[in-house]
Amino acid sequence: MANLNINIGKLQLKNPVMTASGTFGYGSEYSDFLDLTRIGGIIVKGTTIRARQGNPYPRMAETYSGMLNAVGLQNKGVDYFISHIYPTVKDIDTNIIVNVSGSTVEEYVETAERLNSLEKIPAIELNISCPNVKEGGMAFGTNCMSAAQVVKAVRRVYKNELIVKLSPNVTDILEIALAVEAEGADSVSLINTLLGMAIDSEKRIPVLSTITGGLSGPAVKPIALRMVWQVASAVKIPVIGLGGIMNAADAIEFMLAGATAIQIGTANFIDPTVTIKVIDGINEYLDRHNFKSVTDIIGALQI
Amino acid sequence: MKKYMLDLILKENRILSSQYNLLILTSNEKIPEILPGQFAEVRVDGSPTTFLRRPISIHYVDYESNELWLLIQIKGDGTKRLATMAAGESLNLLFPLGNSFNKPANEKANVLLVGGGCGVAPLLYLGSYLKKSGFKVNFLLGARSKSDLIELCEYERLGNVFTTTEDGSHGERGFVTQHSVLNNPDFDYFYTCGPTPMMKAVARHALKINATCEVSLENTMACGIGACLCCVTDTIDGHVCVCTEGPVFNITKLKWQI
Repeated sequence: MANLNINIGKLQLKNPVMTASGTFGYGSEYSDFLDLTRIGGIIVKGTTIRARQGNPYPRMAETYSGMLNAVGLQNKGVDYFISHIYPTVKDIDTNIIVNVSGSTVEEYVETAERLNSLEKIPAIELNISCPNVKEGGMAFGTNCMSAAQVVKAVRRVYKNELIVKLSPNVTDILEIALAVEAEGADSVSLINTLLGMAIDSEKRIPVLSTITGGLSGPAVKPIALRMVWQVASAVKIPVIGLGGIMNAADAIEFMLAGATAIQIGTANFIDPTVTIKVIDGINEYLDRHNFKSVTDIIGALQI
Repeated sequence: MKKYMLDLILKENRILSSQYNLLILTSNEKIPEILPGQFAEVRVDGSPTTFLRRPISIHYVDYESNELWLLIQIKGDGTKRLATMAAGESLNLLFPLGNSFNKPANEKANVLLVGGGCGVAPLLYLGSYLKKSGFKVNFLLGARSKSDLIELCEYERLGNVFTTTEDGSHGERGFVTQHSVLNNPDFDYFYTCGPTPMMKAVARHALKINATCEVSLENTMACGIGACLCCVTDTIDGHVCVCTEGPVFNITKLKWQI
């Protein structure tokens, strides 16, 4: 049994496997299928300052090896999270991390500030990359100036671990990563979904109510892997890799490319126990290759 | 209710028509309790173009012979693959998911179960549940043609069966909502599942005669357990997940234009 512990800055994880925001609810949705305490971290649904109804149905289109979604950050708002959800998740023995989104810098700041006081929320993931909202979201993450501006403002008020989730819908993801690192991000997670589209040829209409949506699943994995490798090779802060991870081999590829930890998203929809299988699979890999610690494989890609 | 992920074994793949197959599944362990109206998320192995699980209604559960029935309408690659499964193969299911149909509070209620196309699927199990609970069960089933009206004898074991076909080859000609049995003003509880225009017409009729109406929706889903928020429908309480708050809704909860 190898040592699976890793640190992302001050954040200590019992293993590098986390669940991606928007794919794992608040954890309880999955508790019939697995022991939540085995997971390294649970990143809960995107949270905003006020409640959001999200986009109209249809919000999802299946694709070859993936899916498009256009949920649009449906959530009941940060105050509801604090009063109703936090009490139910705070005693789960894992890291509960809140994904934070907003339409303006002030909204991000205010939401982060309210979460600052919660003892059992050791980190937030700043979502500057949601492709499914009209204002804010991805607009912040596709431009160095605005990405830097929102991270700087949140950094000023937020004392715990600040993860910034990056959009792949950019010309150069590395310059955005460097910009948010310079403003005090403790780590970056990448990638969010890729902007895509689906058409119903029989009806000659878009499948999604919003016309475009975010592509996830194994279809995006090679792109995600390339971006993680690019970013991890250049920044000093830890990188959290995600995008189409379906099994332990996928997760290990991201770590070899330089990711300190990984997130599993869409795969949870096909196998609700996939996180456990990935944790066990990483452990088996480490034993088989005689690694004493999972940290030995971070960036161990030989070129 | 506790949800399970289980590999069930295909006991029989019964071809019902060119469009419909009945998968009779069993298990070495006892099949857990399932309520009428609940569904399963079925993983489709061996279809390279099928990525997500398929939400499929529980058609019938026979606890004595430890059988779970799924009615499959062949629509795309996923259901085509399911229809070619051979006895002895295993099928991975997440179940039981979603809420269920409600029993009428009034024990003397006159119930009518209205199904069209593959929407008949949950009504067989519902009919057997209502019959066991002492209700007199009436089915109104519609299809394009006689060959699409499947397993009629199964419904006939449980109660009265009225049918319509669009080409008049069985029962009355037309849509279910045009059937003369609806002129009977005594029905006070309607259950319906099928194409949305049909369910809306049933709901309109039920509201007109002050009857209760429960509909079962089949929005496209990813997770089936309330995590992804993809399958929402608009209700008086805002957007809610069909997979957890439904698939069964009392018509008064939905914001349907009817």
